[in-house]
Amino acid sequence: MKYSLLLFLFSAPLFCLSAKAQSGVPVYDSFEELAPVFNKDNDTTYVINFWATWCKPCVEELPYIEQIHDAYPNEKVKVILVSLDFPNQIESKLLPFIEKNELQSDVVVLLDGKYNSWIDRVDNAWDGAIPVTLIYKADKRHFINTAFHSFEELDEILKGFIK
Amino acid sequence: MKKFFGFAPALILGLALFATTNSNTNLGEGLSVGDKAPDFELLGVDGETVSLADFEDAKGFIVTFTCNHCPFAVLYEDRLIELHNEYAPKGYPVIAINPNDPEIVPDDSFDNMKKRAEEKGFPFVYLFDKGQTVYPAYGATRTPHVYLLDANQIVRYIGAIDDNARDPEAVEVKYVENAIAAMEKGEKIDPDFTKAVGCSIKSK
Repeated sequence: MKYSLLLFLFSAPLFCLSAKAQSGVPVYDSFEELAPVFNKDNDTTYVINFWATWCKPCVEELPYIEQIHDAYPNEKVKVILVSLDFPNQIESKLLPFIEKNELQSDVVVLLDGKYNSWIDRVDNAWDGAIPVTLIYKADKRHFINTAFHSFEELDEILKGFIK
Repeated sequence: MKKFFGFAPALILGLALFATTNSNTNLGEGLSVGDKAPDFELLGVDGETVSLADFEDAKGFIVTFTCNHCPFAVLYEDRLIELHNEYAPKGYPVIAINPNDPEIVPDDSFDNMKKRAEEKGFPFVYLFDKGQTVYPAYGATRTPHVYLLDANQIVRYIGAIDDNARDPEAVEVKYVENAIAAMEKGEKIDPDFTKAVGCSIKSK
């Protein structure tokens, strides 16, 4: 028993990262596998944006989110774009989109279709549409339920995390 | 051991779902469960104007704000057809309403609604919320977004059709069907509110 528990504990971190990589983009079947990304306790600011290639307002705000990399090249900021594209759109839409737009941010795909079971775990205020963005550093969190219309709008919030 | 650890998060997940589905009934404007829903007169794709009052023998209505363009709405088209085919004969017709402004989303124009209804052979009425007056009165924000009404047009359930938009095969909880079953038995509908995951309704 002890042995199997130890084995499990050691393999747990690996298990959490064992998303299927589809041409370089990690694909998560369940929110559970991605959940640790929302609770990192370190000095990095995480900007986690939920989007999809079929979501027009999401695609329109992406350039502002990408601009973070140029604005803060030396700061500890990590941008993760969680794509909610459907399985049949990964090869046909998502990967070409990433390539065409030369996205610098990390892109992951979350396929968990039981949205009602996990959107509240990202934030209670998430009412069920995208785009949404969660910015957090350790215990400090800010959830944005709408699209950004400029980099300045995003930067106002980001400045509160990065001095 | 592994099995146990795998099960625990699932249990927490279930509790989280339970907590949210019971606490958000009064969010925002529009209708809450228990309110009387307003009737309307909207033009359908078959050229007829439709009101709830036209359905004299209805025991209720599955009022669903939906549209052509939204991938989530498209994912639910076949399930909406099945829902109507099963429940309309029992007195609960699906009333589909497109709330979007076609100037913003040309795919959701009245002509394109007609086309889609024909392609899919919608057995239910598909109405156009011209002037966008009905969806704000209901408080709908998403497509698809369901308001289940009883015979007296009292709202009994608001939210999603089931618990898996993306994969009909993986659905575990059919919210709307469960709500109708509870209504029929005179039991409490639980949950009577879920978050309708989908596309935002488009207006200027």
